[in-house]
Amino acid sequence: MKPIATTRSATGIPTGRLAIWWVLASEVVIFGGLLASYLMHRLGHPEWANAAANTNTWIGAFNTLVLLSSSFTAVLAHNAAEMGDGKKAARYLVFTIVGALIFLLVKSFEWYTEIRHGYTITANGFWSFYYTAAGLHAAHVIAGAIIMGFIAKDAAKGKELQRVELIGIYWHFVDVVWIFLFPLLYIAK
Amino acid sequence: MAEAAAVGAHEHHHGPQGILKYIWSTDHKIIAMQYLFTGMFMAVIGGFMAYVFRMQLAFPGLPVPGYGVVSPGEYNALVTNHGTIMIFWVAMPVLIAAFGNFLIPLMIGADDMVFPRINRLSYQVFLISAILILVSLFVEGGGFGGAWTAYPPLSSVSDYNLTKLGSSIWLVAVALEFVAFLLGGINFIVTLMNARAPGMKAYDIPVVVWMIVIASILFMLSVGPLIAGAVMLLFDQTLGTGFYDPTRGGDPILWQHLFWFFGHPEVYVVLLPALGITAEIITTFSRKKLFGYKIVIFTAVATGVLSFFVWAHHQFIAGIDPRMANIFTVTTLLISVPIAELCFVYIATLYGGSIRLTTPMLWALAFIGEFLIGGVTGIFLGASGADIYFHDTYFVLAHFHYTFFPIAIIGTFAAFTYWFPKMFGKMMNDTLGKIHFWGTIIPFNFIFIPLFVLGLGGQHRRIYNYQNFPELAEMQPLRVLATGALIVMLVFQFVFFWNMFKSWRSGEKAGKNPWKANTLEWTTDSPPPHGNWPADDMPKVYRGPYEYSVPGRDDDYWPQNIPG
Repeated sequence: MKPIATTRSATGIPTGRLAIWWVLASEVVIFGGLLASYLMHRLGHPEWANAAANTNTWIGAFNTLVLLSSSFTAVLAHNAAEMGDGKKAARYLVFTIVGALIFLLVKSFEWYTEIRHGYTITANGFWSFYYTAAGLHAAHVIAGAIIMGFIAKDAAKGKELQRVELIGIYWHFVDVVWIFLFPLLYIAK
Repeated sequence: MAEAAAVGAHEHHHGPQGILKYIWSTDHKIIAMQYLFTGMFMAVIGGFMAYVFRMQLAFPGLPVPGYGVVSPGEYNALVTNHGTIMIFWVAMPVLIAAFGNFLIPLMIGADDMVFPRINRLSYQVFLISAILILVSLFVEGGGFGGAWTAYPPLSSVSDYNLTKLGSSIWLVAVALEFVAFLLGGINFIVTLMNARAPGMKAYDIPVVVWMIVIASILFMLSVGPLIAGAVMLLFDQTLGTGFYDPTRGGDPILWQHLFWFFGHPEVYVVLLPALGITAEIITTFSRKKLFGYKIVIFTAVATGVLSFFVWAHHQFIAGIDPRMANIFTVTTLLISVPIAELCFVYIATLYGGSIRLTTPMLWALAFIGEFLIGGVTGIFLGASGADIYFHDTYFVLAHFHYTFFPIAIIGTFAAFTYWFPKMFGKMMNDTLGKIHFWGTIIPFNFIFIPLFVLGLGGQHRRIYNYQNFPELAEMQPLRVLATGALIVMLVFQFVFFWNMFKSWRSGEKAGKNPWKANTLEWTTDSPPPHGNWPADDMPKVYRGPYEYSVPGRDDDYWPQNIPG
């Protein structure tokens, strides 16, 4: 049996939702610190634009589209969970996982090409930030997809449906981080 | 499940049995004990390190009893890991994790944290990090010796630090410790927000709980950039990137910004819980309401906000813009205002009270007095002009030991002696407690006041042997005095361990509320059973935590859970 503490809600906000927002707060400062460091360096090194010119904006744009769509299916999953339809929620979560996989696949292809052209993480400052920032983001995509798998499994049985919303909130955050990364790493030439 | 509920109220969540109960438990009190004893174990190691390098400074080149001859590389590793361990593996786990875990559910009238399994995970990650930092001392090349601040290029280039493996393991251990405290911190914050007993409003929460939770928020918001910075440093160390290498477009000062953006709020992360502990003890033993409860909370929040804008005072001579230095001087001097105010609040609480000088009360009073010295000497360092001279001298070292020692050691002993009856159900021996108190406080001042003098004399930090500096060599008697005082202080800690062991075995039974205090943890058995209170009789809260000596009542205390 769960502790009584888990059943209380002094704020009126469900405990899980409260916690996930605090998780996001801690994530915001992690990515915030990294991106602020990158921005300061980028402003101090106008010549990094030459390196940035070698990123593939079209692939980045495609991946942006994929992530945004996967966020949309996460919303649909939440909607289904609200209605109490666990099976439908699980199905939409699986779509979201597929989106994550496509994103990662495209990313691997992109990185493979770049590394083959000699643009490795040690090539220069821009590429160091490029791989670190996008890599940290990709790690969040992977972690989110795995957790989503577990939640989908439970949701299909109609269990712990509130978690569908929580992973959705997290997934939107991962999406938003990418919305910042895409212009900063790809579009700014 | 229904069967389990029928077995009995206090066994309503079945955990593992036997020895597994202690290492695989989700009970917040057991996790608190795990943090407490791991922290104590690390404190012994950190204390031993201090003994070894202080001996080297007092008697350079001679073999240290119990260690042997200290090489320059070992000296660097010892001072680095002493600092790292005392802050990340002693102050934080004991003050925040151990007392946070023990006190938050008990003081807000809950049976556990809202995420018991995340709580357990937090300790397990912490334990791995503790093992890693100890392992890093014994790998090839020895432990990391680039100071606990780990400035690049010394930390990032193995040709400079000569500890390729040691520095990377050190960094990973610190990063894992951050992860453990992020997990724990989110749990603390959400537990306080959502799991309070019915009737407990925001201003009925005991100050120590407020302080631990505010500290957790501060930690969470300040550590993120350093986590990113640690990833970058790890890549510099292992992959060969140049984030901190100016010849390759990087910047070593970036690390200093990221480190101190965390490092300075971190001081308040550990200070606030210690201030909270002091507030509980002072009100209980002066039998008076806390002076200005709301002011204390608002001041803590204001201090927290301000602490994000002082970090560059660590970098006055790192080549930052002098105009920037002016701004950071102003913010740094400003932050002494709320802290001074809290000291006055505590003195105002004592004023006119019926003061009882028990062992915990002595520790609490000593905390205020000793921390004051740390705070006042901080003014010298916060002023950028004076800091140019003081920077990186023993004056700085003595200053922050006058802040961290009261926080991590005095504050912890205050809390430990105050809540020991609740944790173990026995009273501690007061005479032994007082012997230990004076045997710690007096030598403490004899260690660090000479170091202030040495710092004023121009003695730089992180030097293996001062005999080669003619103008510093003649101050050797002060170094010997400090080392002698340290040994006396360490010897007196055996009194504490003896007292702890003896009281735990055969101390006087404590009963529910030996100090006649008001907060909720004193309304349950000592030690509290699993679940803290019977599930059908959880406490309700009717008033604030500091209603002592209320006129018209027979008792001079008024527990929070008594109706009427």
